[in-house]
Amino acid sequence: MSVEPILTCRQLVKRYGRVTALDHCDFDLYPGEILAVIGDNGAGKSTLIKAICGAVIPDSGEIRLGGEVVSFSSPIAAREAGIETVYQTLALSPALSIADNMFLGREPRMPGFMGQWLRATDRGRMARFAREKLNELGLMTIQNIHQPVETLSGGQRQGVAVARAAAFAKRLVIMDEPTAALGVKESRRVLELILDVKKRGLPIILISHNMPHVFEVADRIHIHRLGRRLTVVDPKAVTMSDAVAMMTGAMAPPMQAEAA
Amino acid sequence: MSEATPTGRPAQQEFEKVLAGATTSVASFDEERLTLLQRLQRFLHAYPTTVPFVVLALGLLLGVAVNPHRFTSASNLSTVLTQVMVTGLLGIGQTLVILTAGIDLSIGVIMVISSVVMGRLGVLDGVPTIIAFPLGLLCGAVFGYVNGALVTRLKMPPFIVTLGTLSIIGALITFYSRSETIGMQDIDEQAPFLSLMGDQVAIGDVRVMWGTFLLLIVAAVVWYILTRTAYGRHVYATGDDPEAARLAGIDTDRILLSVYVFAGFIAAIAGWALIGRVGAISPTAGENMNLNSITAVVIGGTSLFGGRGSIIGTLVGALIVGVFRSAVSLAGLDVLWQEFAIGVLIIVAVALDQWIRRVSK
Repeated sequence: MSVEPILTCRQLVKRYGRVTALDHCDFDLYPGEILAVIGDNGAGKSTLIKAICGAVIPDSGEIRLGGEVVSFSSPIAAREAGIETVYQTLALSPALSIADNMFLGREPRMPGFMGQWLRATDRGRMARFAREKLNELGLMTIQNIHQPVETLSGGQRQGVAVARAAAFAKRLVIMDEPTAALGVKESRRVLELILDVKKRGLPIILISHNMPHVFEVADRIHIHRLGRRLTVVDPKAVTMSDAVAMMTGAMAPPMQAEAA
Repeated sequence: MSEATPTGRPAQQEFEKVLAGATTSVASFDEERLTLLQRLQRFLHAYPTTVPFVVLALGLLLGVAVNPHRFTSASNLSTVLTQVMVTGLLGIGQTLVILTAGIDLSIGVIMVISSVVMGRLGVLDGVPTIIAFPLGLLCGAVFGYVNGALVTRLKMPPFIVTLGTLSIIGALITFYSRSETIGMQDIDEQAPFLSLMGDQVAIGDVRVMWGTFLLLIVAAVVWYILTRTAYGRHVYATGDDPEAARLAGIDTDRILLSVYVFAGFIAAIAGWALIGRVGAISPTAGENMNLNSITAVVIGGTSLFGGRGSIIGTLVGALIVGVFRSAVSLAGLDVLWQEFAIGVLIIVAVALDQWIRRVSK
């Protein structure tokens, strides 16, 4: 295979006291793909994801982003490297507007005197940018860019969080259980959003417990078990029940899986 | 299992096929089913400052109804504005802290100790005003820093921290001032600048203290910072949902610390206005001002749970307190009924805030 992975993890180890959450774990993400990460509760998949997004610092092992070794000291460092995360809690500030939330922590200043000396944020640019990004993802059922996020439905909030990640991510997007809190119709909309983001060329790491959703959108499925990568499977070649069986240890992984 | 359709879209799950018949809009609002009360709730949620303005209008109507002639007289308006001046300034500092879901019980004593520091240095110790005055302001900021450092470094609840510093600073005031009051005559001889905010200008027949203009300037500056700068948004975000703010890259501890320093500094400016308002530098003046400032903030619609509120609300809140006090006293009722009315206002304001916040649930 000639394509280089955009993100690789080699031999990641993370211990919490006597519990080993990551046990020499490997991980590969290729450009333009949706890689789902599945695993039973306590398998260590959230620790793996936290190591990638900077929320956890591994005890040993190596993370390479675009071929270069990186070590993130915080989620902010990972964000600056171009990795955006849509947290399960969404990390939106409910009382602030959609535009304010899109730019929270990286507000653009106005040009000239107002921005340089009076530190005024460029509210016009923020509103335009937010509207444009929501439009790109077909989310303009949201009428007013200045309405507080708490007035939006669960699906719309998810949409804002995804739009924010897609707008600022330069390398990849991590999505943690994006459909967990949503109804059937809203889940469908979010799955379409995920595919839209993929179409724009950004690779996505999708963590989900929802097997139908995983099998629908993922290009490859990373099965995590006992703190390490058990195997990577092709959703077209494996059934859902087989994936669940592997994830829970009821079935051994297929031998050729690494090539998937 | 899914297979790719010719358009590249994956096929729907079997159980989702029926969705084709469902509406395509994502969770539109059910506006038509709202009752009048729900509409009001939505409206107030979108425009929370409406409430204090309505209450202020009611207070003015009440005042006019009680005694139309005296209530609207120039001298009464002057009195109300003078009463609002110091409370309003403290309320602005208090708003910053309460927006982060904190509270500053020591803001009143920080104001007093700052005025005492300016006064003793400038009037009794003969330090030039140009040095004594900034030292007084610095004093406020330093005590604010102490509050902020205890809240962020030791992770203590703001209520407890400032309850402690309230006592400590109160004791320091008595110690440093030796319980002496510095009279107007001495101030005017040694450092007239310190009582400048008590000087009056006449606008028509209404006499307005310079401190009232100081209040408006400070309010405008803080309003700008809160609404037009990234820092201001971060103050709101920190009070609204600290975890989300941290994940967005905001250093919430730095914001919290800065807010207490800022509040202490504004309290010191209020201390300057206090000298003019009282006409003396007194270690016992303005003892209850910390509670009055919280009252103004809460009646002005700022939520004690953080993240919601405004400077304009606090200004109106301070005016409401002044107007209601004036109306009650013009009605010839005992002073105790002023306190009674303010108490009712506080409880109604917080109950209203709870109700409005429920709109998103």
